[in-house]
Amino acid sequence: MADLRSNLAGIKSPNPFWLASAPPTDKEYNVVRAYQAGWGGVVWKTLGEDPPVVNQTCRYGALYGTDRRVIGFNNIELISDRPLDVNLQEIKKVKKDWPDRALVVSLMVPCEEQSWIDILKKVEQTEADGIELNFGCPHGMSERGMGAAVGQVPEYIEMVVRWCKKHSSMPVITKLTPNITDVRYPARAALSGGTDAVSLINTINSITALDLDQMSILPSVDGKGTHGGYCGVAVKPIALSMVSEIARDKEAGGLVISGIGGVENWRDAAEFLALGASNVQVCTATMLYGFKIVEDMIDGLNNWMDEKGHGKLDNFIGAAVPNITDWQYLNINYESIAVIDQDKCIHCGRCHIACEDTSHQAIIATKVNGERKYEIDEPECVGCNLCYHLCPVPGCITMKPINNGKPPLQWVNDPRNPANGAAK
Amino acid sequence: MNSDIATNRLSQDQYQANFSDISAVLNGWQAAVESERCLYCFDAPCVEACPTDIDIPNFIRKITNGNVKGAAVEILKANILGGSCSRVCPTEILCEQKCVRMDKEGKPVLIGKLQRFSTDVLMATGQHPFVRAADSGKSVAIVGAGPASLSCAHRLALHGHSVTLFEAREKPGGLNEYGIASYKVIDDFARRESEFVMAIGGIDVHYGQRLGDNLTLDQLRADYDAVFIGIGLGGSNAMGVEGEDLDGIMDAVDYIRDLRQSADLSDLPVGRRVIVIGGGNTAIDMAIQIKLLGAEDVTMVYRRGPDQMGATEHEQFLAQTRDVRIRFWAKPVGFSGTDGKVGSVEFERTTLDDKGRLSGTGETYSLEADMVFRAIGQKLVPLSGDGERPETEGGRFIVDENYQTTLAGVYAGGDCVEGLDLTVEAVQDGKLAAQAIHRQLGGS
Repeated sequence: MADLRSNLAGIKSPNPFWLASAPPTDKEYNVVRAYQAGWGGVVWKTLGEDPPVVNQTCRYGALYGTDRRVIGFNNIELISDRPLDVNLQEIKKVKKDWPDRALVVSLMVPCEEQSWIDILKKVEQTEADGIELNFGCPHGMSERGMGAAVGQVPEYIEMVVRWCKKHSSMPVITKLTPNITDVRYPARAALSGGTDAVSLINTINSITALDLDQMSILPSVDGKGTHGGYCGVAVKPIALSMVSEIARDKEAGGLVISGIGGVENWRDAAEFLALGASNVQVCTATMLYGFKIVEDMIDGLNNWMDEKGHGKLDNFIGAAVPNITDWQYLNINYESIAVIDQDKCIHCGRCHIACEDTSHQAIIATKVNGERKYEIDEPECVGCNLCYHLCPVPGCITMKPINNGKPPLQWVNDPRNPANGAAK
Repeated sequence: MNSDIATNRLSQDQYQANFSDISAVLNGWQAAVESERCLYCFDAPCVEACPTDIDIPNFIRKITNGNVKGAAVEILKANILGGSCSRVCPTEILCEQKCVRMDKEGKPVLIGKLQRFSTDVLMATGQHPFVRAADSGKSVAIVGAGPASLSCAHRLALHGHSVTLFEAREKPGGLNEYGIASYKVIDDFARRESEFVMAIGGIDVHYGQRLGDNLTLDQLRADYDAVFIGIGLGGSNAMGVEGEDLDGIMDAVDYIRDLRQSADLSDLPVGRRVIVIGGGNTAIDMAIQIKLLGAEDVTMVYRRGPDQMGATEHEQFLAQTRDVRIRFWAKPVGFSGTDGKVGSVEFERTTLDDKGRLSGTGETYSLEADMVFRAIGQKLVPLSGDGERPETEGGRFIVDENYQTTLAGVYAGGDCVEGLDLTVEAVQDGKLAAQAIHRQLGGS
């Protein structure tokens, strides 16, 4: 059995699976159910100043995949709509009852030092393990000068983080918004302010769908709609990229990262960890399937780690970071071509039509004794991978490396690079 | 034992239940989920396996995308009887057998059920989706109003030609109306579909008109620019066995016709012990339906084995799961009975000799029966009357690649020409013949 114990900036949890600050962590009842199900930690839904915010009735939008599976999700819900004291009392009680689990409190108050001093004092009394600064919410709160409105201005991030470190001894996790051009700038600002960790990504500005009868975006609130924060498995690629950008940044590279965005299973989590995250936070998947999904997250990660000989998380956290580079440093002399396993081919012909219509005309459709056959035209194949991805049969199309005898060459050194030509 | 033939063997509720829709119809959600299994193949093998060339991946994708009426139009533009074909096609030996999902999963996309779902949605709107071209001034006579003829009539009407259907019976639809098992086409579907087809306009129908009886080919050729014959196979093959004329021995197609037209199923005479002789889909339909009408013991006897049977594996399964017993490798050699009524059938066991020919073994057995149905195939009824007639070969009209018979301007299609005798094939015959007639009439 691998050791799944996790340590994020001094905040310990029995496993790296936390629930993100969101509806599932709104109150004691939910959080206790999560801990009972096995979640290693929870970031309590964002607390703000009293009076509490008021939420809309229609809060969610969805993007559906096959069989009505929700693959993308968005919301226009605001921060906790319960009185601050009620939340604080429950946090204190839950932390006392579940000492081995991580309990972090998400906060969002106006950009005034006194507001932060006041709430930090109150949170500290709950004996929670740390705080997470919600600089991410893209809707509702940002219009009030909070959430993403702060997260989009690195100077504000640095300022608020500094206040929190100055007025509290709790570890500070700074949650970053993806609604910016380059995530490294807010990450560097959080680091300058003294943050103990960053968490990312928060949700993405989005409209998931329209009601074409009402000509209203969804969710439709009495015929009108507004953009919401996008999440769910569809955002994972964006989140992985942003995590990797920070992990391999010269300045911010040392930052402790809590990975968020589309984590549905142990493999997603392992990917975030391999890109440098110390743990992951999950929300949407539980909102679609309930808290029980953590069971296989733990079991699956455990089995994979055992199989790979990773005794503990640190063995592979960040292991993929050295293999991320910029395009110009890729080996331009590396060649591969597609290979179709004729025994596995079911003759759907999609590789052919995709290559023929949209790519390099490198898959030939023939008939042999009346049977369809699809074959790679090797000289025409540029190894683009399109067919590999669209083939419905796993393992039917593979990419075969070609031994072309050429030494590795980066574009920066390639004589075909006009920049090099100009230098000569 | 006395012959036991009776009416009213079941309660009205039982008749109702037994003759309700045999097919589990997909609802919108099920159709959406099933449609998503389609891989949208390039050069899809299912299309090649469809005798009417329906662009199957395209119509299924339209269902996935919520364009259900568009899906139906995609089907109907290739096969105007897509509704009945979705009910009666042996998809397990056509499109679904070739579905690429069969390869690794052994479970095809349920193409037939998806076709039924979308065509049902469109037909429920009461709208006809095609618009007839301007009147061409040309007229075509069509003899028969079965699937081949309806398909031909629709395609000709679409091109603006005026079509007159001459049907010997009282209703259009042919075997869909008079021959298909009742539980496959419930709720008067054949009539509704015929009306749907003719809603394009430009199609007149005359009932009670039989070629060689009150209608002559010479006159039709004189009165119309072209003639299409889609008269099917009106005669039943006889067994040529002693005692075949006893009461209680009858043609399956006649009984099924009466069943299909019956206003009250309890009026139909049903034997307690029934034997159906034959191995095709008509034999299966007969056996299942007589069982569902309350026969106690139904046995199908086929002279060859399950692999040679005309009825598909699926049809055999249907029969066997409805308590019909199928006996293979035996042929009737004698009927006996008392008071002129059949009481038992003598069978001789059969086998294949070393040259693969069927032969009797000399060993016999006897089965008691109150009713015996002949379902050993249909044959073309020769055209009577004077004048030129199209030539036949093997009991079917000879046609060229344009479905033209040996008489210029006279075309034929459906079961009365050589083929697989499938509804879907008849539809294709009618459609292609119409295209050829259209070209003959100067169209392109």
